[in-house]
Amino acid sequence: MPLLTVRNLALAYDGRCVIEHLNFTLEPGDYLCIVGENGSGKSTLLHGLLSLLPPTQGEILWDKCKEPAYLPQQTKQQRDFPASVEEVVRTGCLNRRKLRIFPLPDEHERVEANLRRFGIESLRRRPYAELSGGQQQRVLLARALCASDKILLLDEPTAGLDPLVSAELYRLIDSLRDGGLTVIMVTHDLAPALSSASHILHLGHKSYWFGTTEDYLQSPAGCGFAGGTIS
Amino acid sequence: MTEFFSMFGYSFMQRALIAGIAVSLCAALLGVSLVLRRYAMIGDGLSHVAFGAVSVATALHLSPLWVAVPVVMLTAVLLLSARENNHTRGDASVAMLSTASLAIGVLAMAGKNTDVYSYMFGSILAVRAEEMWLCLLLGAAVLVFFLLFRDRILSLTFDEGFARATGQRIGGIRLALAIFTAVTIVLGMRLMGTLLISALVLFPAMSAMQICRRFGSVLCAAGIISVLCFIAGLCISYQFDLAPGATVVAANLTVYTILRLVRR
Ligand SMILES: Nc1ncnc2c1ncn2[C@@H]1O[C@H](COP(=O)(O)OP(=O)(O)O)[C@@H](O)[C@H]1O
Ligand SMILES: [Mg+2]
Repeated sequence: MPLLTVRNLALAYDGRCVIEHLNFTLEPGDYLCIVGENGSGKSTLLHGLLSLLPPTQGEILWDKCKEPAYLPQQTKQQRDFPASVEEVVRTGCLNRRKLRIFPLPDEHERVEANLRRFGIESLRRRPYAELSGGQQQRVLLARALCASDKILLLDEPTAGLDPLVSAELYRLIDSLRDGGLTVIMVTHDLAPALSSASHILHLGHKSYWFGTTEDYLQSPAGCGFAGGTIS
Repeated sequence: MTEFFSMFGYSFMQRALIAGIAVSLCAALLGVSLVLRRYAMIGDGLSHVAFGAVSVATALHLSPLWVAVPVVMLTAVLLLSARENNHTRGDASVAMLSTASLAIGVLAMAGKNTDVYSYMFGSILAVRAEEMWLCLLLGAAVLVFFLLFRDRILSLTFDEGFARATGQRIGGIRLALAIFTAVTIVLGMRLMGTLLISALVLFPAMSAMQICRRFGSVLCAAGIISVLCFIAGLCISYQFDLAPGATVVAANLTVYTILRLVRR
């Protein structure tokens, strides 16, 4: 039984189709990179996988637990939001509370563990808005991993970061997989995608390509990424 | 000093003070979330819808409060609690709704008594006992709501997409915020007037964000600033015989300007 099965999926906004006839499956522990041009529907697909956008056709089947961790594409208004690092990370624990009003007994420990895991304990009292872009992404990763440590979906985690900080962030994400985490990441950096990912999903405007990273390098889509595109 | 306290010897001043403190606190707390979610214009739109509803109710000889509360509540739920869809909830549609309500209100009150004027410009010194109790009840409810659900309110305000994607139960929080906002605006309209109530939502939050960098402290500061500005505005307006609503807004504007200037 695969972890995720996407069958004949179509996603649309106000009747305008962004994704059509999409099929793929993922096993636990896989690392899928979603690549493609701007506007090809990468974020839309993540929203579909997260049930933020209902499919107009087809289905998305998650095996058992489907409460994924999520690192959204950051918005401008978030960057100067008045909240401390600790306050932001703690909001990652809220899904486990369900309808309970008060914190669960293990919430504090979960927050501490994730602050440590991303090396941001010393920033805990700092205002989120005053952090660098790379530090903010670490905070949001810590928040995401508070919500779940089975599946992690990321939307362009390195957008707006300089290459050095990006490389470090990719290493950090790689290291998370040691615990058996399944990763689905949207990115426009092909190099880290090819070096770490087990699978690639290349979205074009009318078609797509899905397969393992080795196959991708042999395929016209993969070769094309250096110059052209699919379809 | 005794002269200062003597003004609160009048029961109408006591009622104004109590109702005003409760509404200022609610408006400030709700305002923080509204401003941070970029819904500031909706607060203003709701006050115009409230004005339209009050005028129509007065024309039809119905109780203004009991018509305005459900109408504004429904509008607030539609605007604030509807599914995230940025493409249909533009600035333009909110502005259209708010000016249309204003026009309907003005037409409905043609040739009618001055009751509507009191809603337009506020009549803080004419607050009745039952209105004061309603304000107190609302204030207590909003305060308890923010104390218990601060984490969830932060989560919804900071990143609604994350909250929904990870399965957080925030639908009720969003609905409650919309309903509290509606009731605060309708009750506040009686105190401050339609034209000024949205200032009570915006200014304390904006002032607090000049000096605070954490969500908890922004909420505290906004509440304190709002209540103090209200008390100061009420006292000054009494001493110098000014319009109370406008004086309270002027006090808020002064605090905002000072904090803006001293910031870093
Ligand atoms: N909320 C929305 N409403 C309507 N159309 C949208 C919305 N979000 C994205 N789109 C459209 O869907 C297409 C795919 O967008 P998106 O998934 O954000 O692309 P990507 O993340 O690959 O850059 C784009 O043409 C975009 O204009
Ligand atoms: Mg995108």
